[in-house]
Amino acid sequence: MKCDHCENEATVHEVTVAGGVPHEKHLCEACARDMGLVVASQLPISQLLTHAVVQKASARVVGPGVSSGCAECGTTFGEFKESGLLGCPACYRAFEKQISPLLDRAHEGATHHVGKVPRRALRASRAGGGDEGAIEAVLGPAEARARRGRLLREQMEAAIAREEYERAARLRDELRRLTELGLAACDDEANGEET
Amino acid sequence: MRPGGGEPARLFEAGTEWLRGEGDGSDVVLSSRVRLARNLAGVPFPSRGSPTDRRHALEACKEAILSSSIGGGSTLWVDLHDAPPLERALLVERHLISKQHARGPRGKGANDADHPRGVAVALPGERASVMVNEEDHLRMQVIRSGLALDAALEEADALDDRLEERLDFAYSPRFGYLTACPTNVGTGVRLSVMLHLPGLRMTGEIDKVKRAAADMSLAVRGFYGEGSEASGDFYQISNQTTLGKTERVLLHEMQREIIPRVVEYERESRRQLLTRRRTLLEDQVSRPLGVLRHARVLATEEALKLLSLVRLGVSLGLVEGVELRTVHHLMLLVQPAHLQRALKKELDQNRRSVERAAMVRARLA
Repeated sequence: MKCDHCENEATVHEVTVAGGVPHEKHLCEACARDMGLVVASQLPISQLLTHAVVQKASARVVGPGVSSGCAECGTTFGEFKESGLLGCPACYRAFEKQISPLLDRAHEGATHHVGKVPRRALRASRAGGGDEGAIEAVLGPAEARARRGRLLREQMEAAIAREEYERAARLRDELRRLTELGLAACDDEANGEET
Repeated sequence: MRPGGGEPARLFEAGTEWLRGEGDGSDVVLSSRVRLARNLAGVPFPSRGSPTDRRHALEACKEAILSSSIGGGSTLWVDLHDAPPLERALLVERHLISKQHARGPRGKGANDADHPRGVAVALPGERASVMVNEEDHLRMQVIRSGLALDAALEEADALDDRLEERLDFAYSPRFGYLTACPTNVGTGVRLSVMLHLPGLRMTGEIDKVKRAAADMSLAVRGFYGEGSEASGDFYQISNQTTLGKTERVLLHEMQREIIPRVVEYERESRRQLLTRRRTLLEDQVSRPLGVLRHARVLATEEALKLLSLVRLGVSLGLVEGVELRTVHHLMLLVQPAHLQRALKKELDQNRRSVERAAMVRARLA
């Protein structure tokens, strides 16, 4: 994409929302600096990111029907925007819709956790004789686990097709580990096929 | 409850892991750090909690920490709300707590030095530490000298398991470990590497590294972490993404892909400087030693800058008669709280500059 002001490649993109209308600016670094827009190298990136993302998130969700606050701790979305901090664990449920675009931007498009599961909690959920409700509380619903397994497997096959064997091997290890943890279900493995 | 006052003095006598100057790539990599953010289930995050909530969280975490080893030998516990400012500053300078934790957290009604909060430090070596009631209820940190994120992550993971045996962590299947700031949610893991990049600054390439890091969703910070400027060409690079990737994938990206490239880039800059402008480089690393050996007034920032250049000279074999260990030790001792602790008295800024110069002269004589 070209800069709005000259022929250079645009590397700075800004979206501002005024009166519900988004205005986009696409600038090269030199023009952005002239307009006082480039501060990226001086400011901590996380701060910039949080700032930009929160602005964007709030612009999208303003309107009727948005919940006023977290029932557990009383934190409002306005307070969160102000401080960048949620009030309690339950805020993630209360503001799930509002913070989704934020998470998307802050975490390279990710929407779901795939990492560690608290070990004792997992052990305890399984000790109850495999009660699906207890396991779901820790690992999430069965269809999500199956989807995660399918996704990883697809990525692995795509890597093999591109002859990126090191990447494929890592994905295979990852799939195996997540399956062992119970975080991913792998249809083919269940059928006894080697991955 | 053990009183916090006086305890951090015990730390002063020992060396710190992050300035040991050993391990993989130690010509460029100072240290590797893994931080895990965790919160207690059903309890408001520290900035939101009532005084009762915060005290409850502090007591529960402290109890769990002190009844399970956080690493190796003994555990030092400091109640930061009771600790004198100088001792809190000492902990900041040793990278055991953040500046924010020394001040007290921001947030509703929590913006004061009396906010109940603490830190646990594994002794000897200070390789593991846990901040309690900072932005999150628990911030566990494991530091290793050189490039060793894998070993640090393994140790942090085990520490996390031990604490989870005694505490219920806030966790959701979708979002993972729930943190006060959504930028940390998911794994709650921050992998950071402290790098010494004087070569890239001298060849004018440092901004390229910063831009490339930003493009890869990495944070570049200064000597004291978040919100700090780079002093003496020391930069901390860390991951920003914590959701949607496993700890191992994040580790692999940092340890095997990103950091080795930056290290090689810095080494290449140093090689270029050595072949193309050797005399100038020799001058740039030798002159600071002259200043350090003869200055009568020395500010912290200036001392760190000069020591950084001496470090480069020692690493390249251009400066003789000074050990890397001495340079590292001085990087710690020139800082205000350490200087005052060494002299066993509180001094104003002007007096400190004079005493700092005297101390450096004596150590480099």
